[in-house]
Parts: sequence; structure tokens; C-alpha cells
Amino acid sequence: MDASLYASRRRRNVLAAVASYAATFVGLTWLALILGVLFWHGFGGLSLRVFTEMTPPPGAVGGLLNAIVGSLIMTGLALLIGAPIGILAGTYMAEYGRHTYLTSLVRFINDILLSAPSIVVGLFIYYVMVRPMGHFSGIAGAVVLSVLVVPVMVRTTEDMLTLVPDTLREAAASIGLPRSLMIRQIAYRAARSGIITGLLLAIARISGETAPLLFTALNNQFYSTNLNAPMASLPSVIFQFALSPYKDWQDLAWTGALIITLAVLAMSIVARSLTGTRKAS
Amino acid sequence: MNVATAKTAPVAAPHPGDGSVLKEKIAIRNLNFYYGETKALKGVSLPLYANKATAFIGPSGCGKSTLLRVLNRMYDLYPGQRAEGQVLFEGKDILEPGLDLNLLRARIGMVFQKPTPFPMSIYENIAFGIRLYEKLPKSELDGRVEQALQRGALWSEVKDKLSANGLSLSGGQQQRLCIARTVAVRPEVILFDEPCSALDPISTAKIEELIDELKTDYTIVIVTHNMQQAARVSDRTAFMYLGELIEFDETNKIFTSPNDRRTQDYITGRFG
Repeated sequence: MDASLYASRRRRNVLAAVASYAATFVGLTWLALILGVLFWHGFGGLSLRVFTEMTPPPGAVGGLLNAIVGSLIMTGLALLIGAPIGILAGTYMAEYGRHTYLTSLVRFINDILLSAPSIVVGLFIYYVMVRPMGHFSGIAGAVVLSVLVVPVMVRTTEDMLTLVPDTLREAAASIGLPRSLMIRQIAYRAARSGIITGLLLAIARISGETAPLLFTALNNQFYSTNLNAPMASLPSVIFQFALSPYKDWQDLAWTGALIITLAVLAMSIVARSLTGTRKAS
Repeated sequence: MNVATAKTAPVAAPHPGDGSVLKEKIAIRNLNFYYGETKALKGVSLPLYANKATAFIGPSGCGKSTLLRVLNRMYDLYPGQRAEGQVLFEGKDILEPGLDLNLLRARIGMVFQKPTPFPMSIYENIAFGIRLYEKLPKSELDGRVEQALQRGALWSEVKDKLSANGLSLSGGQQQRLCIARTVAVRPEVILFDEPCSALDPISTAKIEELIDELKTDYTIVIVTHNMQQAARVSDRTAFMYLGELIEFDETNKIFTSPNDRRTQDYITGRFG
């Protein structure tokens, strides 16, 4: 055995391990710092008032109710529009058209859409919806978010259904189950936790989007559930308040940022635990 | 009987040493099968008798599983696979285009190499297939589920946990669940594709026993790598090699005095 060869391999091994640990540490440090700063600035502002009062004018006290409700409405609508489209498209790609040219084409385009800057999507919806309508609106905000939901859902649905073994499809076919029933009752059931994880990831992705909402829903200082009018959302309120010179607005922005982060964190944990149980079964 | 006579086997033929009239449930006539350009079956002709177990044996890649998967048109799930020739199921060619595959598969069930329980409860695994074809009141459905599980020799082991997930059972139990699921649909023919190759010896013995019992009501076709298994469970054996049917005869005959040299070599372990 060549001792020097072995020694140099050992040295490289140690170097690679140290580099990996260092990179992990740096990454985690930033995450911890972000969370720490958010809690430091935002936690003090967390009170019942945040969830029950409207965004205040400068100098007055208030909460974030209109922004939270606006975010919930637009995120919910975006999922209602985007998730079925994404799931159905993913189902086509994994089940009906797995070997077709169309599927590889759709997969390619979807991957581009998946990584498209959201501001571009925002501009697009501004051009095709906001301009013709003549004003910003909650529905345009929901639509732009739904465009961001679709590629996430297409991707996860296709991936999760592809993981369902063909033997299960054959078993379903072997008792004479038509394909549509097989998909609904067997494949979806086998892929359920994965698809739900995708849904949660999609929510996490869109709940922090700011740029596309500024082009579409804009913002609203008052409580409004009118989809045909500008609508407040947490990210756009954070954007506006954080850049303002007023101390109380800045504090509210911190609190809003903390709320979004905690919500996304909670969602990620739920998603993680769902994938965990899938592996366990 | 050799290949030549198998080709022209009549619908009902008295068979020496059997003492009973054999009914031809399925007649395979000059079957060719292609995976894209590759020809995997070459002019296979073979009768499958009602209420008998027929084993397909042969080395890997000889086409025995392919042949089995033609019988319920399973290959139809995949593009680029096609069959030529005739497969007469009670006189009707199942290779004809426009045939209702779901109805065909309701009559010709299949059990796979790996156990494939559906991701649902034990009860639902069975009831699912029954509901596809019959609308039954709950009490009757319960009865049918029990009956199927009895038939699959699983009832006593699962009767207290019918709502448990099918995937929570052991491998051997899962395979018996799959057999029960197949039986529940009330098919006429059951195809077994190496049903024991993923199981331990005790589970294997149970399943072989089960196959033997099922013969009274069903026509059985079994693909197996295990020659002892073919000898134990089957009445007729077809030996295949490189996509061709080399020899088809009573299992006893194949294992004691085969006509073809290649059959002899295979069963004595000289190749394969």
C-alpha cells in the first residue's frame, strides 16, 4: 500500500468534511440570525390588537387585520384556481401522457415557469388584467399568485405520481379498474401526502410574494373583502411600512414579517412531518 | 402430447391418464409478441384447461411472463407492446381490438410477483373490487369480504383488524390478501406471476396449498422460476425457451420423461 497516497486521500477527506460543516454552520447561522432579529423586533408588537385592528395612519395605534385577511383571501383563491389546474396537469403527465412528446414539452415549460422571477409574472398579469380593468384589484392579486402556484403543483403532482409503483397500477388494472378510477382511488391515495406537501410548499412560496402583488392588488389601508377593489396583503404592508419613516409603522412591519415567517415555518414543519409519515408506512 | 398436437388441440379432448373430459378454457393459437422491434414470443400455441393448473417454466427471458401478461392484456398499459395471433377465451378472441379490457380482467384475474395491496384498509382492499361490479347492501358486502378472505386463507389472521391498513401485514399475508382481492371479483381464470418469489418458505407453502384449493373453482396459470413449485402445484407444464414453446404436457411427464432434450437439460439443472 502506498502510504502517501492514502495519507493524501485522508487529508482531502478531512478538508471536504470541514468545508461541509463550515458551509452548514454559515447557512444555519444566517437562518438563526434572521429568526432572532425578527423575534427581537417583532415579538414585542404581537398582541391581540394586531389581529383585530386595521393598519393605522402614522402616529396612531392599529393592527394588521386588513392585511392578514387580504393575504388569506388572495392566497386561498390562488390555491382554489391554481391547485386543481396544477394537479390535473401533473396527473396527465404522470398517468395519461407519460411517454408522449407533449409531456416532455410541458415539463420543460413548467420548469421555466417554476423558476421565472415573480415580478415578470406580476407585470404580465398587470398587462392582461389590471390595465383592461382600469384599476388594481384583489382578484388580479389572486390570479397572479395562482400563476405561481400552478408550476409548483404540476411538478410535485407529477413527481409524486411517478413514485407510485407501476405494479400498483397493474394490480388495479388486474381487477378491471378503469384508469380514471385507478388514478382517483389508488394513485392519489398513494401519493396523497406528497401532493399535500406540494400544496403547503406552494402556500409557503406565495405567502411571501410582494412584487407581483404590488402590480396587481396594490394595497388597501382599510378593511376590504371586495375582490374588485385594491386589497391589502401582509407582504405589501410590510414593504410600505418598513420603508416609511414612522417608528410605529416600522414596528408593525416587523410584527407582520414575524407572523408570515412563523406561518411558513409552521407549514414547512407540517409538510415535513407528512413526508415523514409517508416514509414510515 | 407435443407442440404439434397442442396446436390443434380440440375444444374438449379426453386425455390419457386423466379419466375426465378436459375443457379448453383458453386456446392460444400461433401467438407472436413484440416489445417494440424485439420479438419476445414466437408462434406459441397452447391450450389452458379449465379447473387445471398450468405452469409456465423456463429460464429468465424465455417469455413465460410475457405470455402470461398477454392473457389479460396487461401489456396494453404500455406503449410499443403488441401481440399477433389468437387467444381464444371460451372461443372468443381476446386480442381483438375494441374488446372491453376491464370486463376481460374481471374474468381473468392476476396475482403479481410482489404483493400489491392497495393503500387502504384490509376490508377496503377486498370490498373495492366487489363494489366495481355489484351493488350490495352492507351486510352482504361484509359476507363477501369474509368469504374472499376465507378463500385467501387469511380470515383467521385478520378478522379482528379489518380496518388496519393492508400495508401493515407481512409479505406473505399481503400476498394472500391480493389473492383474496382477486378471488373477490369472482373471475374464472387466475394468473399467478411468480407469486412466491418474494416470500419465505412458510408463506410459500401456504400459497401453494391455496393454489391447489383454488383449482376446484378456477382455471389457474402460474409462472414460476421454481421447478419444484411447478411440480407441486401444476397439472400441466409448458416449458419455454427463447420465446418458443418447447414442450407442453402433463406435469408428471415433463418432469420424468420429457421429449425434448432442452427440457431435459433445464429440469435437470444443466442450464437456466
